Amino acid sequence: MLEITQIIQQIAPDAQIETKQRLTITVRPDQLHPVIEALYRNETLRFDYLISLTGMDWGDRLGAIYQLSASVDLTQEVIVITSTADRDNPLLYSVTDLYGTAHLNEREIYALFGIRFINNPDMRRFLLNDQWKGFPFRKDYVHDPKLNPETVISSEIIDIAPRIMEKEGGELAEENVAVFGEEDYIVNIGPQHPSTHGVMHFRTSLDGEIVKKIDVHSGYIHRGIEKLCENMTYPQMLHLTDRLDYLSANINRHALCMCIEKGAEIEVPERAQYIRTIMDELQRISSHLLAWATHCNDLGATTAFIYGMREREHILDIFDKTCGGRLIINQNVVGGVMFDIYSDFQKDVKAFIPYMRKKLKEYDDFFSHNAIALGRMVRIGLLSREDAISYGVTGPAGRASGWSCDVRRYKPYALYDQVEFKEIVRTEGDSYARYLNRLDEIEESLHIIEQLIDNIPSGEVCAKVKPIIRIPAGQFFQSVETGKGEFGVFIESSGDKNPYRVKFRSPSLAAVSVIPLISKGAFLSDLIGITGSMDFVIPDIDR
Amino acid sequence: MEERSIGMEVNDIKIKAFPAEEFKDNDTLQRYIDELKEAGGSVIVGKLDQLIDWGRANSLWPIAFATSCCGIEFMAAASAHYDLSRFGMEVTRNSPRQADVMVVAGTIVNKMAPLLRRVYDQMAEPKYVVAMGACSISGGPFLNSYNVVQGVDRILPVDVYIPGCPPRPESLFYGLLQLQRKVKVERFFGNKRIKRYYRPETLINPKTGETIDPQIDFDNK
Amino acid sequence: MLIYSQPLELTKLLAAIDNFLQGNLSPGWAILVKGILVGILLLATYALIALALIYIERKVAAFFQARLGPNRLGKYGVIQSLADMIKILIKEVIHINKADKLLFYAAPFFVIVASVLAFGALPFGINLHAIDFNIGVFYLLAVSSLGIIGILLAGWSSNNKYSMIGAMRSGAQFISYELSAGFSLMTIVVLSGSMQFSEIIEGQRYCWNLFNGHLPAMIAFVIYLISGHAETNRGPFDLPEAESELTAGYHTEYSGLQFGFFYLSEYLNMFIIAAVATTVFLGGWMPIQIKGLEAFNQAMWYIPSWAWFFGKAGLLMFLSLWVRWSFPRLRIDLLLNLEWKYLLPINLVNLLVMVLVVLSGFTLTDLFPVLFGK
Repeated sequence: MLEITQIIQQIAPDAQIETKQRLTITVRPDQLHPVIEALYRNETLRFDYLISLTGMDWGDRLGAIYQLSASVDLTQEVIVITSTADRDNPLLYSVTDLYGTAHLNEREIYALFGIRFINNPDMRRFLLNDQWKGFPFRKDYVHDPKLNPETVISSEIIDIAPRIMEKEGGELAEENVAVFGEEDYIVNIGPQHPSTHGVMHFRTSLDGEIVKKIDVHSGYIHRGIEKLCENMTYPQMLHLTDRLDYLSANINRHALCMCIEKGAEIEVPERAQYIRTIMDELQRISSHLLAWATHCNDLGATTAFIYGMREREHILDIFDKTCGGRLIINQNVVGGVMFDIYSDFQKDVKAFIPYMRKKLKEYDDFFSHNAIALGRMVRIGLLSREDAISYGVTGPAGRASGWSCDVRRYKPYALYDQVEFKEIVRTEGDSYARYLNRLDEIEESLHIIEQLIDNIPSGEVCAKVKPIIRIPAGQFFQSVETGKGEFGVFIESSGDKNPYRVKFRSPSLAAVSVIPLISKGAFLSDLIGITGSMDFVIPDIDR
Repeated sequence: MEERSIGMEVNDIKIKAFPAEEFKDNDTLQRYIDELKEAGGSVIVGKLDQLIDWGRANSLWPIAFATSCCGIEFMAAASAHYDLSRFGMEVTRNSPRQADVMVVAGTIVNKMAPLLRRVYDQMAEPKYVVAMGACSISGGPFLNSYNVVQGVDRILPVDVYIPGCPPRPESLFYGLLQLQRKVKVERFFGNKRIKRYYRPETLINPKTGETIDPQIDFDNK
Repeated sequence: MLIYSQPLELTKLLAAIDNFLQGNLSPGWAILVKGILVGILLLATYALIALALIYIERKVAAFFQARLGPNRLGKYGVIQSLADMIKILIKEVIHINKADKLLFYAAPFFVIVASVLAFGALPFGINLHAIDFNIGVFYLLAVSSLGIIGILLAGWSSNNKYSMIGAMRSGAQFISYELSAGFSLMTIVVLSGSMQFSEIIEGQRYCWNLFNGHLPAMIAFVIYLISGHAETNRGPFDLPEAESELTAGYHTEYSGLQFGFFYLSEYLNMFIIAAVATTVFLGGWMPIQIKGLEAFNQAMWYIPSWAWFFGKAGLLMFLSLWVRWSFPRLRIDLLLNLEWKYLLPINLVNLLVMVLVVLSGFTLTDLFPVLFGK
């Protein structure tokens, strides 16, 4: 770390460097790009993975927080903060040339905070309509339904992207570029389409059946969860995380609980840790099963879809018996879990493990080696390791490209440092590798559950927690491995009972941002197959 | 209250294969029947009408307007464990032209509202709408958000509300069976249809600032 | 040849009706009335078969998917499709503004007329045959390929990009697989030496064409099943509809009865393919007969010929449903590869082999005339 500080000081002598918890560098906007580029190109440890990019409004200044990490060692983290005092026309430099994932994140920050990024090739708003007045995440924004009324009149999509480019002399030029060519045959896939797994909108230009270009639109379920959180106390926030990636609801909530516990320094009882870990793994299995089912359905195998859903019901039954919920189980609370497990819990889970193993075998026989299925998956949607890192594609999809990125391994939480499990990594990077990774991870999850289920210690399931929790001023980040990849919770607290800013690092956003790249030149049918294999959940993207 | 609903009011609701005692909410349906009576005068439903209602009620092909969690529960309801197909409803049509009932499953935000309305307008009559889940009823946990439509009945008429966050498949079935009952008291001849709940008073055209006629059809027909 | 007792055949009933009409009407009127009766009967059977197939498909799909399937209307939900039919009949037909009106309305008729025409020429049983062309096989191939015009028109006139892509896929797919289907039927025409259905069936009295032509016939059978399945646009060849890709493909914009036409004809085409395969390869309505075993033959004849026909066709349709509900969908290039690189060359060689087999007398009837000869 000393070495990094030296590099930074060379480039930006007046940067404020703080090393209390994590290495935090605060720089002027014009130094941002050189500093990040130096970190990116650092020989000994390349910080080539942008975990998350968070827009901020500190009242007088608007800015952004860049959380960087190294793809070879996820435990290494650097925070770069920059801000500008110009609230009327805030401009920052883009890092899209270094990190693919920055593109959509910067567009999102523009929609929510009004900060525009110089050199970003396409500076349209991401989550909100172009007609939206005001920037909702700014602290001085007052929502007025008259300004932004709900309407039934649809607005035309204009395929012209504004952008600000820096010319050679250093002057800035505002320009407009057309997203598609004049003669392009554009098909809207989504927002209401059976295979976009929700309300994703791909504007796709086709050449016959071949995909020429994809323009990703989103925000059809942008509910402003992060903004809602700012007006809630910490325990109130919990239920909103469940509705982000509802397939990993429990794991998301686990992340938020841990982040609050970290901030408020609450010790979680061991029994609760066991329950949390087991429930997380069960949730992961159900998430992967649904991903498998919908992927098969996208490829046209309806029966496989029903089979996946059938096995998933067994897990949901266990959830149901534990706490009465099926999809969203509201179990994790700050300090532990809300409900203790029921008396037959171990028996049910132990009965489920061999059943699931048998079914995995059946999936293998039924679908994994089917000639048509292989033709639709092998060497389709190739994602290289470099691109996976650049776009921040984590989870089974990232590991299918040969990037070992399991948060459970690098930054173990709960009981993951005490159990033995294999991180499934494949190097093919195609749809089939992603498909197989999920099935193999189900097996690993079963293995983890097996190690824990008999050893649940007795004791309390929840620590004593005051009804109103205050977190000391500062920034807190906690990431977990959900079914889709690395999910992170960032909380900036001002010491109040409400958070000052909450940001969720969404694994699905990364997965969707890479779709235009990997499905270029593929067949239309394969585009659907590739989206299925990436397995994203739209409310997680839109938040 | 409960006694009343089982007592005198139930007598009016006589639908074959749907004993009124099996439903908790009979008052609403009774109110609809009364409305129909007032509007139409004669209560005698012709045999042909009965046949048509029977056909319509038992062949409700859904289009799932699934935006979030409720969509997954809709999928679960259609799968092996719960099996929507028992009621003849498994023929989910992805084209709104061919669907009979739109299940709005999930939050509807301002950006989505025009599209939801357009899909509704693209459906062929008779069409029904089921609002599934707290979000589509009222905005649910996101009520205070700047971007969430506070209930889909602000943009289109709704037949059945299914509360829950998300509702369990059993609740979905209950709601769909209630919809079947509603369909069964309609009359094709004379076009006596149930008045549906709709409160579009806030719809504004963002370009001109004028209020929009709620009956307007935005489809290209 | 012995005359077997056939208690459940409809021959006598038909003869009685014929006599009644001939006796009471002038010959011209009698033929007209007969024509109308046959037409009504065919249309009624058509609708009935389609409704039954829709119900069966839903039940079979439910069976494969560990579900129950429709079970609320009637015993085991048998009248479920009746409810669907009533609903579709009175469902609004949407008139689309920016569509090509004439073609848009004509398209579903093309599709349904093509399938009715093909349906009319099928031999359902002894004398249950509306018309027995001497070029029956040729006629069937010709009219069943008319349906594709309807699909192309539907896609083109809907002014919808999904429909357009669906129709283009359908065109490519149909034209490719029509070749295979045609060639495999030709293989059997070579074997049986006739294009007339009645003669083809009669020729299979003791030995089905499938076994008579042994290897080349079996290859032709498999190819016919594959390409026939592909022609009906059903999974894994359901690219033109491709629910998860194109929402509803070429009929995305159709509603009400017009959609009902597409829906019905899809199921009927499945039946037609199975029926043709039955007639040409599996002996059609002819009961299983073994030369010399008269008691057995008589027993077989107690089962009426139309039951044999529907039984065999039903078996093939179950096979088709099984395939449909097991396989994922092909991609367009894989689909065309399968046809042009594998099925068509195999087929051409197969036709040649069949010609050699027939000329050199290697068919089963020629080799073992005592067992299988006419």
